[in-house]
Amino acid sequence: MSPRAAWRLESLGFGEVYEYRGGKLDWMAAGLPTEGTNAKRPRAGSLARADVPTCRLDERLGDVRDRAREQGWDAAVVINSERVVLGLLRAKELDLDPDQQVSQAMRPAPSTFRPYVLAEEMAAYMRDHERVSVVITTSDGRLVGLLRKEDVGA
Amino acid sequence: MPAEIDRNELRRLVEAGAQLVEVLPEEEYAEDHLPKAISIPLGRLDDEASTTLDTNRPVIVYCWDIA
Repeated sequence: MSPRAAWRLESLGFGEVYEYRGGKLDWMAAGLPTEGTNAKRPRAGSLARADVPTCRLDERLGDVRDRAREQGWDAAVVINSERVVLGLLRAKELDLDPDQQVSQAMRPAPSTFRPYVLAEEMAAYMRDHERVSVVITTSDGRLVGLLRKEDVGA
Repeated sequence: MPAEIDRNELRRLVEAGAQLVEVLPEEEYAEDHLPKAISIPLGRLDDEASTTLDTNRPVIVYCWDIA
C-alpha cells in the first residue's frame, strides 16, 4: 500500500516523495527502536543473551565445548566473520566426539526468530514446541543472541 | 516518480527534516511506529495530506512491508 500512497501524494502536489519499501518489518527486523504501546513490552531481541558463546565452523568441537562450559553455558552458536548464524550446538551436539569439527557436529540452519517478536509470543512458541532455546537474528541473519526459555518465563 | 529508499536513507532524510508518514490503520500505528512518524491511514490520505503535511518538504511513506 505504500506505493499507492507515494503516487497519490505526488498527484496531490508533493514535490519530493520517498517510499520506504522495507517498511516497519524491515525496521523492526533490524532491531531498531519503535514508539507505541508495544514499544515498552519486552521483546525477543532485548531478552536474548548476547553473551552466548560463539564459534567458527572449523574449530575443534571439544575446544568449543570446554570454552562454553567454562562460561556456564550448555550451548554455542556457530557464526562466520560477519556474525551470520550458520548453526547451533546444543548440549546434545556439544557432547559428540570432541575431535571432530564444529561443522560436522552442529545442527545446521537452526530456525531463527526476529528481535521484535514479543516475549509472550516467544514463550508460547517455546512451550508448544518444547524448545529450550532459540536463536534470535536480524533479518540479514546476524546473531542478536540466544533466547532461553527461562528468559521468557516459558 | 517516488524514489525508493532503504532504512539508512530514511534516517538521514528524517534527520534533515523530512516528514515521515505511516499509512497503515491507526491501531497498527498505535502499537508500533517508527520514531517521528505520524499516522495517516491510506483511506484518509486524500483528505488529510494537504492539511497535515507540508507540500514543500520531503515526505516519506511506509507501511508494514511492500504489500
